[in-house]
Amino acid sequence: MTIATGQPVPPRKPRVGRALVTLIPYLWLLVFFLAPFIIVAKMSLSTAAVAVPPYTPVFDFAEGFVGVVDGIRQFTFDNYIWLTEDALYTRAYLSSVWIALISTILTLLVAYPIAYGMARAPRAWQPALVMLVILPFWTSFLIRVYAWTGILKREGLLNQFLLWTGLIDQPLTILNTNLAVYIGIVYSYLPFMILPLYAALERQDESLLEAASDLGSTPFKAFWQVTFPLSLPGVIAGCFLVFIPVTGEFVIPDLLGGSDTLMIGRTLWSEFFNNRDWPLASAVAVILLFILVVPIVIFQNRAEKEERSLGKKPA
Amino acid sequence: MVAKAIGPIRRKFAPWNDPAARPFIEFRNVTKRFGDFTAVDHLSLGIYEREFFALLGPSGCGKTTLMRMVAGFEEPTEGSVFLDGQDLVGVPPYRRPTNMMFQSYALFPHMTVEANIAFGLKQDRMAKGEIDARVEEMLNLVKLTPFAKRKPHQLSGGQRQRVALARSLAKKPKVLLLDEPLGALDKKLREETQFELTDLQQQLGLTFVIVTHDQEEAMTVADRIAVMDRGRIVQVATPAEIYEQPNSRYVADFIGDINMIEGRVVSTGGGLLRLDAVGTGTSLEVYQDLAIEAGDTAWFAIRPEKVAISLDRPPSGEINAVEGEVWDIGYLGDVSIYHVRLPTGVTVKSTVTNRTRLVERPIGWDDKVWLSWTRDSGVVLTK
Repeated sequence: MTIATGQPVPPRKPRVGRALVTLIPYLWLLVFFLAPFIIVAKMSLSTAAVAVPPYTPVFDFAEGFVGVVDGIRQFTFDNYIWLTEDALYTRAYLSSVWIALISTILTLLVAYPIAYGMARAPRAWQPALVMLVILPFWTSFLIRVYAWTGILKREGLLNQFLLWTGLIDQPLTILNTNLAVYIGIVYSYLPFMILPLYAALERQDESLLEAASDLGSTPFKAFWQVTFPLSLPGVIAGCFLVFIPVTGEFVIPDLLGGSDTLMIGRTLWSEFFNNRDWPLASAVAVILLFILVVPIVIFQNRAEKEERSLGKKPA
Repeated sequence: MVAKAIGPIRRKFAPWNDPAARPFIEFRNVTKRFGDFTAVDHLSLGIYEREFFALLGPSGCGKTTLMRMVAGFEEPTEGSVFLDGQDLVGVPPYRRPTNMMFQSYALFPHMTVEANIAFGLKQDRMAKGEIDARVEEMLNLVKLTPFAKRKPHQLSGGQRQRVALARSLAKKPKVLLLDEPLGALDKKLREETQFELTDLQQQLGLTFVIVTHDQEEAMTVADRIAVMDRGRIVQVATPAEIYEQPNSRYVADFIGDINMIEGRVVSTGGGLLRLDAVGTGTSLEVYQDLAIEAGDTAWFAIRPEKVAISLDRPPSGEINAVEGEVWDIGYLGDVSIYHVRLPTGVTVKSTVTNRTRLVERPIGWDDKVWLSWTRDSGVVLTK
């Protein structure tokens, strides 16, 4: 026995259990993210064809290695070249990013006061308030967005209300404009912004505000000097959670936007379903992924570095 | 520059005994209620300029509420608070010439040490050069200059405490409020810091008000201590007065260790009080004048270090001497505490300094011993 002989206990072998636990998320990513991505990437290098599935090459695994190599030989970058040649796609990308940017800012402006109010509400109410924020998820997203057409259309609830109050004497055209898209996005993505903001604000130490006040800072200044900077991690998380899905959003611009509302999600849809050009649609998707992933990775890296420089006490 | 011209340490600083002196901070009949809980109950108190004043009491006694009313975080329900002749009621915290050092330090985690100290100065729109100079002065004062660029979480507890102190002093407030400032430090660091605090207060010549539940801390740092109980002040006096002449059993018991013997007054007057201890009938004599009559019940209180212990009957005879049995001995190294049980069942403690290096003490468990004291060492309490 090691203990009886007084020998130092040998280092334990890496535990299998721990390895298994860390393996699960990687496996999950592999199956549900990497594999589909490879399929889409492969499709984006193919050529559209009148066939089932509507592209070539299709790997012929029956022919083994030779079949796969033969398939790879037929890969082409034509789809990507086409994307750069037709200005429609560039405009759709830029317009998507622009709409996503504006609506992220709008969502932040609406969500911040709500999250702030929730964080400052009596402790006992807070779980109920969080519940209320999540409540809309209980109804189908599609139905909720569709319901907005009833509110925003010319003879809809909003116009009726505005006419009744006398603020306007002609019904406004809101539906099928970019304004309707912004309203729809802000409405739909509000919870994704509120929750991280609330989480950041809720754990803030109230004595910090007292200290600021004690040192001569008015409540307004204290907010900008203390509360807001300390909620930045929540702001950034919320903005990512809104910006990323909104860039590729399809349902909202399709249901609420006009024919001139150019978003990459709609382009992708029409390539995929109207034109049945799966390879081009896949190329659109791959580019979209890179547009979103690259800046996020750069940002994450920076944030991590910052954390490392702050997180550890110098020895 | 820090006022070095204040001169030598004040030996006789007692504005509270000067009828012409006016209090710097004054609570006038202040009551504070939270719902149906009364935190501060019709309290009046004056704190003088340049005083180091301690509010001492158990948790929930209202001491923190009292301090927060000076800072402006709480408003009195009734009564008023004056600072330098100005009524503070209704003045928001950011307009008050007071600064507070928080129990949690409340350092801004997103700012460097420098920025934390400069925070208050920036609110006053002070010129940048001036701010820098003041920050440097403060960093020097608390010996943190090499840490100026660090953020709070990169500092040790003691360093954070210093940043908090520097930040609260940077604006040179008329009053510095310290809310349990040393609670988070370990014992040794706490003791060091206590002496540094008193030095600093003398050096800067500011009025300091400290809230603490630690009686030793209050005794070390303060010029005067207010002992509080359930929203009221029980006694306000210098540390020595509080310790040697407590005005009630509550104060006597709260500050330090004390033996309490119930007695019946036999005679008063002429500066000498005679009591008979209830149960044993031992005669107790104290040099004290007290508005009390023969036959009244009172408590004789004496600190353990003032009780002598001996195996033989003391020569003073019957007066101020009781016989008992050693029940327990607490050996603390520097002193030993003898717990002696009297025939009535009351335990009286006697602290003896261990002056020699004897490991075997002459008095042991179960020994019959005599406890005795002089007429000027105890105090008689009526409430």
